[in-house]
Amino acid sequence: MNYRSVWRKSVNAVMFSLTGICALAVVSVLVFILGYLVWNGGRAINWDFFTKLPTPVGETGGGMANAIVGSAKLLLLAALVGVPVGFIGGVYLAEFGGKTFSFLVRYTTDLLNGVPSIVMGIFAYTMIVLPLQHFSTLAGGLALGVMMIPIAVRSTEEFLRAVPQSLREGALALGASRWKAVATVVIPAAFRGILTGIMLALARVAGETAPLLFTSFNNRFWSHGWDQPTASLPVMIFTYAIAPYDDWHRQAWAAGLVLLGLVLLANITARVVLGRKLSSAAG
Amino acid sequence: MASTAVAVGGALRQGRVRAFFLRWRSGDEVAHLLTLIFASTIILLTVLLVFELYRNSALARDKYGWQFLFTSTWDPVFEKFGALPFIFGTVVTSALGLLVAVPLGVGAAIFLAELAPPRISDALSFVIELLAAVPSVIYGLLAMFTLVPLLRNVVQPFLKKTLGFLPFFQGPNYGVGLLAAGLILAIMIVPFIISISREVLLAVPVEQREAALALGATRWESTWKVVVPFARAGILGSIFLAMARALGETMAVTMVIGNDPKITSSLFAPGYSIAAVIANEFTEATSDLYISALIELGLVLFILTFILNGLARLLILATQRKGTAQP
Repeated sequence: MNYRSVWRKSVNAVMFSLTGICALAVVSVLVFILGYLVWNGGRAINWDFFTKLPTPVGETGGGMANAIVGSAKLLLLAALVGVPVGFIGGVYLAEFGGKTFSFLVRYTTDLLNGVPSIVMGIFAYTMIVLPLQHFSTLAGGLALGVMMIPIAVRSTEEFLRAVPQSLREGALALGASRWKAVATVVIPAAFRGILTGIMLALARVAGETAPLLFTSFNNRFWSHGWDQPTASLPVMIFTYAIAPYDDWHRQAWAAGLVLLGLVLLANITARVVLGRKLSSAAG
Repeated sequence: MASTAVAVGGALRQGRVRAFFLRWRSGDEVAHLLTLIFASTIILLTVLLVFELYRNSALARDKYGWQFLFTSTWDPVFEKFGALPFIFGTVVTSALGLLVAVPLGVGAAIFLAELAPPRISDALSFVIELLAAVPSVIYGLLAMFTLVPLLRNVVQPFLKKTLGFLPFFQGPNYGVGLLAAGLILAIMIVPFIISISREVLLAVPVEQREAALALGATRWESTWKVVVPFARAGILGSIFLAMARALGETMAVTMVIGNDPKITSSLFAPGYSIAAVIANEFTEATSDLYISALIELGLVLFILTFILNGLARLLILATQRKGTAQP
């Protein structure tokens, strides 16, 4: 009997450490990624990176200023598409939705969330690139915007639902109509959370590469206006990484560091702003 | 009696109409309608997406029919398009990824949800969320310059020496190939398996654990024999979700898979995946048929992930229902 209990306790201890090792192994991947990027990117990054255009093959130096601006423009477009639909759609689900239709919307949102990013690229290609007959910032922005929608809807709905029912009842009891209660009491109460959710959605699409490859394409120069192809950080990382030049690899590391820094910063800020609520919103 | 019922019905209807106009005047109906329109946009966009994929792949679908899925020649010059090598590459790399990621992910999720002290568990879970946020092109960048040389110089020669009698570990060794793609996929999908499995495990009612512990079970026994079986469907769901992600993952795979549409038994050999071929060849596709074949590949990918996602949602929902249904 004693032997058996020793056996059981040691199985307990062994499995405890085995699963712990699994968790540590996964976490150490992040440490490795961060360390490696900071080490390689840190050496390659300099002021030129942010202010200069890419140089032709063979010349060293240069930067990715056009890609940084391009990414910003794409994100702006994405926000213009994704935020209204995502936010108002989320308000519908949390405040106005009926049963059947809400279920349908929620299900489609999940479905849209699972669409591979490359397929989203094909969608934007058929919608904008084919009719216009050339690659454009607009098409890339649409692809990213549609990708943002599911995340924005889900986080908006969740944070609105977290607002206590008594606040709604209080506003209604004071004679406010339903939409006034929502617009002036419920949404302001959830505002911080909703804003953070939208920031996270932006951070997620900021790193997307696949939908941009054949929508906003790439550009070695400044892209003027919205109907020209444009460079963007993720696509530049891809192009420079698979090229055979050491100098381009260095630039890719620098761009990787900048991109990862921005994405992680957004995620950490969200965590700080929201405290522990984040874990449920991210899933 | 009947007439009073009609009268009451009429008054009710009149009341309802008046209430509608009241709500309209106060803005409620307008707000409802407005939000409804935006919510419908989501459905509309999704339907449009499916429709566009279907419509723009018509050329290839008409020409090849179902044979498209079972032919292994991909020759843009002579306009012969068969999807089999890409389906093979996608399935093999995803399976490899799952083979590594599932034990690792479920193990870590069990540790985080059941065994670790709450503070450690919270900190580690946050790091894992960050991992899920790392863009895939960055995984690809790192894999190209660290994982691929490591495989070429250390891991694959070792595998060849020790397990070389198996067909999986034979053939030339480039570093890039199915094994590299499978491993990077494993690293990328682990965070998803962990965070969803952990949530599912945490949804298991506390009474289940307490009952097991009260009967004298150790922590591990209560976890393995009570909590995990309870959450089995949800964990399976998280695996399906991860699999859907692995199938559709583009950038990291494109960068390390070697991009060669061949079907081989060796894991060292370069391969090609559906997403990778779309990413690489879409801008080079010159003829309408070529583009159409690539879009049909996109449609195949969409349908695969659609089925997996649907199954996953059902499984996760079932577990969470079961958790809340307990008194």
